[in-house]
Amino acid sequence: MTLSVERDSFAGSFRANVAALRRQAFQRYPTIGIGGSLLILMIFVAVFAPVVATDDPIALNPIERLQPPGTDHWFGTDMFGRDLYSRTVYGTRISLIVGLSAAGLSVLFGLIIGLIAGYIRLLDAILMRVMDGLMAIPGILLAIALVSLSGASLVTVTIAITIPEIPRVVRLVRAIVLSVREEPYVEAAVSMGTPLPKILLRHVLPNTVPPLIVQATYVCASAMLLEALLSFVGAGTPPEVPSWGNIMAEGRAFFQITPWIIFFPGIALAVTVLAVNILGDGLRDTLDPRIAKKM
Amino acid sequence: MSNEQPVLELEGLSVTLPAGADRPYAVEDVSFAVRKQEILCVVGESGSGKSVTAHTVMGLLPRKQLTPVRGAIRLLGENLLEKTPQQLRDLRGARMSMIFQEPMTALNPVHRAGDQIEEVLRIHTDLSEKQRLARVLEVMDAVRLPDPQKMRHSYPHQLSGGQRQRIMIAAALALEPALLIADEPTTALDVTTQAQILKLIKDIQREHDTGVLFITHDFGVVADIADRVVVMQTGKVVEEGPTERLLKSPQHAYTRMLISAVPSLTPRHREEPARSQVVLSTRNLNKIYGGGGFFQKAREVHAAKDVTLDIRRGETLGIVGESGSGKSTVARCIVRLIDPSGGQIFIDDDDIALLPTRLLRRHRRRVQIVFQDPYRSLNPRLTIGKSLVEGPMNFGLSRKAAWERARDLMNLVGLDPKAVDRFPHQFSGGQRQRICIARALAMEPEVLVADEAVSALDVSVQAQVLELLDEVRAKFDLAMLFITHDLRVAAQVCDSVAVMHRGVVVEYGRTAALFADPQHAYTKSLFEAAPGRDWAFGEFEELSAAQAGAT
Repeated sequence: MTLSVERDSFAGSFRANVAALRRQAFQRYPTIGIGGSLLILMIFVAVFAPVVATDDPIALNPIERLQPPGTDHWFGTDMFGRDLYSRTVYGTRISLIVGLSAAGLSVLFGLIIGLIAGYIRLLDAILMRVMDGLMAIPGILLAIALVSLSGASLVTVTIAITIPEIPRVVRLVRAIVLSVREEPYVEAAVSMGTPLPKILLRHVLPNTVPPLIVQATYVCASAMLLEALLSFVGAGTPPEVPSWGNIMAEGRAFFQITPWIIFFPGIALAVTVLAVNILGDGLRDTLDPRIAKKM
Repeated sequence: MSNEQPVLELEGLSVTLPAGADRPYAVEDVSFAVRKQEILCVVGESGSGKSVTAHTVMGLLPRKQLTPVRGAIRLLGENLLEKTPQQLRDLRGARMSMIFQEPMTALNPVHRAGDQIEEVLRIHTDLSEKQRLARVLEVMDAVRLPDPQKMRHSYPHQLSGGQRQRIMIAAALALEPALLIADEPTTALDVTTQAQILKLIKDIQREHDTGVLFITHDFGVVADIADRVVVMQTGKVVEEGPTERLLKSPQHAYTRMLISAVPSLTPRHREEPARSQVVLSTRNLNKIYGGGGFFQKAREVHAAKDVTLDIRRGETLGIVGESGSGKSTVARCIVRLIDPSGGQIFIDDDDIALLPTRLLRRHRRRVQIVFQDPYRSLNPRLTIGKSLVEGPMNFGLSRKAAWERARDLMNLVGLDPKAVDRFPHQFSGGQRQRICIARALAMEPEVLVADEAVSALDVSVQAQVLELLDEVRAKFDLAMLFITHDLRVAAQVCDSVAVMHRGVVVEYGRTAALFADPQHAYTKSLFEAAPGRDWAFGEFEELSAAQAGAT
C-alpha cells in the first residue's frame, strides 16, 4: 500500500513538474517553444521522409540534371539529376541520427566515467589523465583515422564524433559529483551504511540530470555540424548516402553555376543546429539558472 | 540630548512582500529612532524583518520584490524614500554606511584591502591621491589593524575573518558617516574575535559620535553593546526600551520568551551518574590533512592531535572550540566520514579507526550523526519517508517495518506521522532538524553525534531541539557527542566538556567543575569573550550590576 502511495505521489509531482515546465516554457522562455517546435518539425520530416519526399533520393535521372528550383523539383536537381528536395529531406535522417546518438552516447559514457571519477579518488587521477589525452585528439583526425581503418559508415562517423565529446561530459559530471558528495545528505547516507552504487544512483545522479540535458543539446548541435564537415571533406558517411555534407561536397564543383545544390542543404543544416542550440539555451535558463548566469 | 534631532528616524514604515508570500508585509508599521552617540539593537529571529528594515534604510532592497509602501525614513531629517537613486547613492557611504555579516563575500576578492577603503573616498570626495592614502592609513589605524602600511596591500583571502571585518568597518567609517548600520556583523566570527569587534564598534561609536543601528539575533551581544533595544517579530516592533530595563523586566510575552530561551552560562545541575559503561572512546586520535600531493608536497595541517576521549552510556560529552579547532574533524573521524591518520576509536571493544570500508559497514549503524545545516542535510528530491527508511533497509529491515518505524519516529520527534510523504522544502529549519534526528534514531545507534546541530536555528527553536536531543538521549540511553562553539549550549546539555584549540584538547572535565573554574588560559579567554556573560537571561535580574553598568 505504501508503495502505491509513494508511486502516486511521485507520478503526481512528476506530472505537476512537467505541466509547470510546459507553462514556463512558453510564457517565460519562448526560446524553448521555438527551438522545440523547430526540432520536432525536423524529427517529423526525418521519420516520415518517404512520405514527405517527392522522389527517390538516389534515383539518377541524367536528362533532368542541374535543373534550377521549380515546380517539378522544388529545390532543383544535382549533376546526376537527383531531386535535391528529396535528398535534403532524407539528409535530415542522417544529421539527426548522428546528432542524437552522439549526444546520447557521450552523455551515457561521460556520466558513468564522471560518476566513478568523481567518487572514487583512486581512479580519478587515472581516468582524468586518459580524458585529458582524449581531448587532445582532434575530432577530424580521429575520424579520418577511423574511416581509413574500418571504412566509411554512419557508425564510424558517430563513434569518431562521440569520443572527443566524452571528456567534456566527464568533466561536467565529475565537477558536480565533487560538490554534491560534500553535501550533508550524502554524508548522512554514508554514515547510514548505504552502499556506494546506491549513493551514486539515489543521491548524486539526480543532481547531474539538468546540466546534462543542457550539455547534450550542445553535443547534438556540434555533432551535426561535425558530421556535415566530415562528409564534406570526404571522411564521413559513404558518398552514396544523401547526407547534407555529402550533398554539399558534390555540389561544390558546380557551385558557380548551380549554387542551390549547396544552398538548400546548407540552410537545412543551419536551421536544425540553430533549433537545437536555441532549445539548449532555453532549457539551461529553466533548469539551471545558476549556470545560465555564469555562461 | 534626547531633544536633539535623531540621526535616523523610522516612522510607520511598511514594506510589502511579493504576492504569494506567507504574509503581506515584510515590515509593517515600524517606527523607531537612532539618536546621536547611541547603539540601537534590533533583535529578532529569522523572518522577523530586521534585515529588511536595515536594507530599506540603505535603499538596497531587491527591486520589484520588496517595496516600501508607507511611512518615512528620515536620515538627519531628510526622507530617504523621496530621494532619487542618484541622491541615495551620494548619501550611502557619506552619511550612512553598512557592514555585513560575511566579511569574506562583502569584500571584493580581486582588490587589495587598502584600495577597497580608498574607493569610497575616490567616489565621494575630491581628495588628492596623497590625501586619500593618508586617510586610508588613518582609518585602518582607527580600527586597530596592525601595520596598516603593509596590510593595505593584502588581498582579502590573506586576512583573518576579524581583520576582514575591520577592513569593512574602516571602509564604512572612511567618510565619518552619521549612521552606521551593522547587519549581524559578528555572527560569522569566533567568540574571541567577536568580542574584539564589538569593543571596536563601541569605541568608534563613542569617538566619532556615530549613531549605530545594530541588527542581531543574539541577546548576549545585545547585553554587551546596546544602549536601547527594539524587538521585532514577524515584521512588527513588539517592544522597545533601554537595554537594562528590557533585559531585566521585559513587558511583551514574545520578548520574555526570547530572553528565557537564551541558554544560561551556568551549567544545569546534573546528577553525577553511576559510572556507566564507556561506549565510545578515542585513544591518541590523529588527523593530518594534506601532505601527499601528486607533484609537490602540500602543506600539512595537524587538525587533531592525540585526542583521547571517553563517552559513557547515557552521557553527553561536549567538544567546545572555535572554528579551526579540530572539533568537527574529531566528530567526522568518529563517524568515519573521514579516515583518521592514526590512533584508535573504540565502539565497545571494536577498534574502527582504521577499518577498511568493507569491514566498516556493519559498524556504521552504531554511530549516527546530525549535521549543522538543516537545509542541506536532507536530499531535496526525496520525501521525508524515503530518507527515513533508507538506513534501516540498508541493514535488512523489511520495507513495511521500516515505514512503520519511520512513522513512529516522526511521532517521537514531535511531527505528524502522515507528513512522511512530504518533501524537505515543506518543513521549517527546526522541523528538518527533528527529521534528521529521527533519521539518525532510525538506525538504533549507540552513539549520537550532533555536529553544531542547533547552531543554525533561532534561539526559541534551538531550545526545543536541545530538549528533544536530551529526551532521546535519556530514552534510548544514548551516548552523545555534542560539538558546539557555544559555551551556553554546552553548559546546558553536556555532562562533560572537552575544550579544543588548534587540534589539541586543552582541557577536559565535568561540565560543572570546568565552568566553575577553568584552568587553561585558552578556556579562560573563551569565557571572557562569551557575550553577555554577566547576564542571567530569563531570570530577569542582573548578576553583576557593576560590570553591566560600566558598559
